[in-house]
Formats: sequence, structure tokens, C-alpha cells
Amino acid sequence: MRTQLLCIATAVLALAAGSAVAQISGNVVKIGVLNDQSSLYADITGQGSVVAARMAVEDFGGKVAGVPVEVVFADHQNKPDVGTSLARQWLERDGVDVIVDVPTSSVALAVNEVVRQLNGVLLNSGAASADLTGKACSPNTVHWTYDTWALANGTGKAVVQSGGDTWFFLTSDYAFGHALERDVSNVVKASGGKVLGAVRHPLNSADFSSFLLQAQGSKAKIIGLANAGGDTINSIKQAAEFGIGTGGQKLAGLLVFVTDVHALGLQAAQGLQLTEAFYWDLNDQTRAWSKRFAEKHGGKMPSMVQAGVYGAVLHYLKAVDQLKSDGDGKAVVAKMQEIPTNDPLFGQGTIRIDGRTIHPMYLFEVKAPHASKGPWDYYQLLHTIPAAEAFRPLDQGECPLVKQ
Amino acid sequence: MFGIPPQALFGQLLLGLINGAFYAMLSLGLAVIFGLLNIINFTHGAQYMLGAFVAWFLLQYGGVSYWGALLLAPLVIGAFGIVLERTMLRHLYQLDHLYGLLLTFGLALIIQGLFRNQFGSSGQPYPIPPALQGGQNLGFMFLPNYRAWVIVFSLVVCLTTWYVIERTKLGSYLRAATENPTLVQALGINVPRMITLTYGGGVGLAALAGVLAAPIYQVNPLMGADLIIVVFAVVVIGGLGSILGSIITGFTLGIVEGLTKVFYPEASNTVIFVLMTIVLLLKPAGLFGRTQ
Repeated sequence: MRTQLLCIATAVLALAAGSAVAQISGNVVKIGVLNDQSSLYADITGQGSVVAARMAVEDFGGKVAGVPVEVVFADHQNKPDVGTSLARQWLERDGVDVIVDVPTSSVALAVNEVVRQLNGVLLNSGAASADLTGKACSPNTVHWTYDTWALANGTGKAVVQSGGDTWFFLTSDYAFGHALERDVSNVVKASGGKVLGAVRHPLNSADFSSFLLQAQGSKAKIIGLANAGGDTINSIKQAAEFGIGTGGQKLAGLLVFVTDVHALGLQAAQGLQLTEAFYWDLNDQTRAWSKRFAEKHGGKMPSMVQAGVYGAVLHYLKAVDQLKSDGDGKAVVAKMQEIPTNDPLFGQGTIRIDGRTIHPMYLFEVKAPHASKGPWDYYQLLHTIPAAEAFRPLDQGECPLVKQ
Repeated sequence: MFGIPPQALFGQLLLGLINGAFYAMLSLGLAVIFGLLNIINFTHGAQYMLGAFVAWFLLQYGGVSYWGALLLAPLVIGAFGIVLERTMLRHLYQLDHLYGLLLTFGLALIIQGLFRNQFGSSGQPYPIPPALQGGQNLGFMFLPNYRAWVIVFSLVVCLTTWYVIERTKLGSYLRAATENPTLVQALGINVPRMITLTYGGGVGLAALAGVLAAPIYQVNPLMGADLIIVVFAVVVIGGLGSILGSIITGFTLGIVEGLTKVFYPEASNTVIFVLMTIVLLLKPAGLFGRTQ
């Protein structure tokens, strides 16, 4: 009986060791793109992010460490509860190894905890909250494209320096808006400006006239739009209607994507200053990639979030290829931090211990209609923010991983 | 008052009234359709969106101005509504409300899905017509000319609809046909055709509201989906099927929502539903509804 038991135990151990050699779980690397497929952020993220993830897999050769790579996607409807249950189902049951994109900071912060708990990998491109690499930082998460601190540091600083020293915020009432308002307020105050007030509107509002009227009444020189997507589009459009520009006040779009400018048209968007991590017309490499992207995505140019999905997935595959393993999320992210990043869209960079990817950011101004040569020719580059200055210094983020 | 200068309050009241104009026009169409056809028309939001898109198509590809669209879009979408009524809805009149609700809800999802797939979620820009650009400085606020036009135009439309249904012979036929279609038919009136045209008219009202909304909001595949739930709350508060009730409630709730945006903006998307709950508890038939 005793020898029998020993035999079984040895057999089990041998099996366990055997599975430890073939370390790609399920013999497939499964990438889950989790984002907004149907609502106000769907043009910024949505199917375009799925296209970008597939392009990264294609450019890597379709296989990693000898096994195929599969891309799946789902709609989190901008709801944290939907996002977390999808993430849990993917990681626990469906064999998904890495969750990508996840816009809407409230959803991203919730998914961040699920991924940490289940030791998966989260490659965040869509969400903005700098808390993802701050208080909520995780050894399982990489924040690739941009964050609220970088936006504040880009647009906020530029606006204050050009004389916009009193601010009133129109803030989207959830984690993202609050973080952006906080980070921009800090920049404004540090640069000698003053914040006169803020009004918080529910996510996905249609009518902004009432909020704009309150902003007008504040007499602030700058109305900072701490919102995104459809909310920003409607704010800018209705601000023009209410004569905000002609009354001497200026709008600062704190998070404006190229797809938003496309939807607004240059007539309404001209003159806006904005910060992005990527623009299709930066150099030959970005132009070539974006052209390929547009061919696969109905002629639409990529947003920086979609570009970030490409860069992050490509880098993830490199790490898995070197490790020959995808089961231990922490180990994969550690590998991603160890090897320097290098891709045609974001250039060379690194990933810090807090999960922040470091690359340059760009301050653009939206062209006037007569200066644009055709569709999607929207931005003029004002200033490149070097990688070393683009993101929050490591010691200021209150990330618990940094103190260790 | 409450720390808000009275001038700012005036401005907010006016803005609330303007938003109320949209609620009133949409809930009016719903009330007409429910009152006369007994159908809870969940495609109303999609038809409102279609109205805006027809206006955009006309401008983009046909060079038809806003004014042309104001006339053409309701006709086109009204005709589309008539086709829906003839081919699908008429089979459901004898069944429970639930079937009509499910059919129209499904249609709305299909239409919105198709448009979102084709045009994306950010929408298409539609300019304010040149004659209505600019605005007036009223002292307490800057009122864009276009918003002033919205409020005047929708008041005229609402009151005309109310007059036609409550005060004309045609309206009396319609109302009689809902009470007792067999008897009205016996008097030589073609009831099915009248019902078809009524549905077309209600849908046309939704499309008209869509054209009015196009220059203010983006022409967006989801513009109706976001609005329709609020409009249903308006109809429930006003009393299902009550025409004057839906007009008055539409404008009133616009103002209530506008004031919420000043005093507690975080709740501005929920305040109407809170009111709906209270009204349902205290007066289940709605403020202007009749208990049957």
C-alpha cells in the first residue's frame, strides 16, 4: 500500500514536472482585447484596438515560442462590474493570458485588481488615470500609452505658460475625470495659476449648455475639459455655439484624440492644443504602419490608444518568446521591464518598476481648415516632450512597489 | 438664491426649457402612438436618430439645406414608419403590449447597430444653418439664436399636434377609433388606414426632433438610445397616452433637470428617474393620466 502510494506520488510529480516544461498554458497564447465596443469610446478604442492587436501578432510572425497566438475581444460597456466579470471569466476559464486596452479608468482600476489577484497580465493603453502606476500600481500591469499626469504636464503646462492662468474645469464624474482634474490643477498651481472651480457632469452626457454657462459665469480665462470621447466632442461643439471663444475665454481639451478631431471637423476644433503619445504623421515608420492600419479599419487612422495596443502586444510577445512561458503574469511583466521597448510607433524606451512605459509625448495644435491638406491631416507639432520629462517621476507616484 | 446669482438661474431655467422642448416633442410622438395604437414604440429613439441622419445625408450628398431637411426628413422617416406598421406592427394590435415593446425594441437595436457599424460612435458634424448662427446677449446669458429657434419651433409643433388631436374633426375620429374601432368603421371610416397614418405621423415627429437636434449634438448613431429612456420616463410621469400631459411634463422635466445641473450636477442624469419613482408610487396613472 505504502509503495503503491509512493508510486502514485512519483507519477504525479513526474506529470507536474512534465507540464512545467511545456510552459505555454493551453498551447496557445491568448490575447483578450477588453474595451468599449459600442459607446462613446468605441472609436478611440473599440474594433480599432482589435485590429492593432492582430497586426502586432501578424508582425511577430503569428507564433510565439512555437505556439500560435489568438486574439479575442469583448465589450465592457464602460461598466466596472461587466469588466471585472469578463476579466475573471477570461483568466479563470477561457485560458486568456493577457488582457489588453481597457479604457475607462474606473473599469481599468477594477480589472487591475482582478489581474493582480489571478496573476495575469494587463497591458493598459486606453485608460488615463495615473493611479494605475501610482497608488494602484501592480506587478502584473503595464501602462503603455499615456496618463493623466502626462496630459497635465503637456497641455496644462503649455496653456499656463501662454498666459492662461485662471482655470475652471468641466470634469467627467468618475475616476478618470477626477484624476485628470487633480493632475492639471497641480500643474496650474505649481506654475503660478489659479483654479476657480469645477463642475462635474455624468459620463456620457448629451447636453453641456448648463455646465458651459456655469463655466462662463466663473470668468476663468481657461475652461479645462477633463472629459473624453463623445463628451469632449459635444463640449467643444456647444462651447462654440454659446460664443465661449468670442467672449475671451479659451477651451483647453485635456484629452483629445485624433478621432475626436475627425468627428468635430477642423472648423470647430481648430486652434486646440493637445497632448498625444502618437500621431500617424510623425515619421515614415508611423505613416507606413498607419496606412496599413487604415486599410484594415475602413480608412480610419489609428488613435494613440490603438497604436499603444500594437506596441504593448508586440513587446509582450517578445517577453513571452524569451521566457518561453506565459503562465506566470508577474514573471512576464518583469521580463517586459527587463528588455528595452522598441517598436516603429513609439521608438525606443523602457518600462519602469511601477509599470509605466517611458517614451516621448508630443504637444500638437489642431490646424485651421485652410492649412490642412486633406482628410486626417489635422495636427501641427508644437513641441516634443522628451521621454525623461514626459511622465511623473518614479518617486512621486506613491507606488508601493517602488519603496521596496 | 442658494448662493447662485438670480441672473445665472434665469439662464439655467431657459436652458432647461430648451432641453424640455426635445423631451416634449419626443414624448408627444410616443403618447400619440400609445394613445391611438396601444403600441409602446421603443424604436422612437432610433427614428429620432434616423431623422438626424437623413438631414446629414441630404446635406452631404444632396446639397439640401437644413430647411429642406426639416420638411423632407419627417416625410422620409414617416414613410419608413408606415412600412413598419403595415408589415409588422399591425399583426400585434390584438396581443399583449409586451409583444409590441419587444418588436420595436429589437428593431431599434438592429437599426442602431447597423448605423454604428457604418458610421462609428463619434458621429458626424452638422453645421448650424447660416440664418440661425450667432446669438443674443440677453444680459443674464448669451442665448444662441439656434436654441431660441428650437424652443419656438417645438412649441408650435406641440400645440399644433395637440390642437389637431383634441380640437378637430379628424382628431375626434382618431380618438373615437381608439375607444371603439368597430363602431367607427361601421360609420364608414377606414380605421386601419387612419391608424397607419397616425403611426407615420408619430414617427415623423420623432424624425423632426432629430433634425432639430442635429446642429446641437453630433449626428450620432446612439443619440436616440441615450435619450429614449429619459423620454419614456417623461411619458410615464405625464401619464401614458395623455397628449397635453406629455407636452407639459416634457417642458417641466427639462427645467427640473436644468436646475439639478446647477445645484447637484452629479445627479442630473438620475433626477428624472427619481421623480418617476415618486410619481408611480403616489399616482400610478401619471400626473395627467386617467385610471381605467
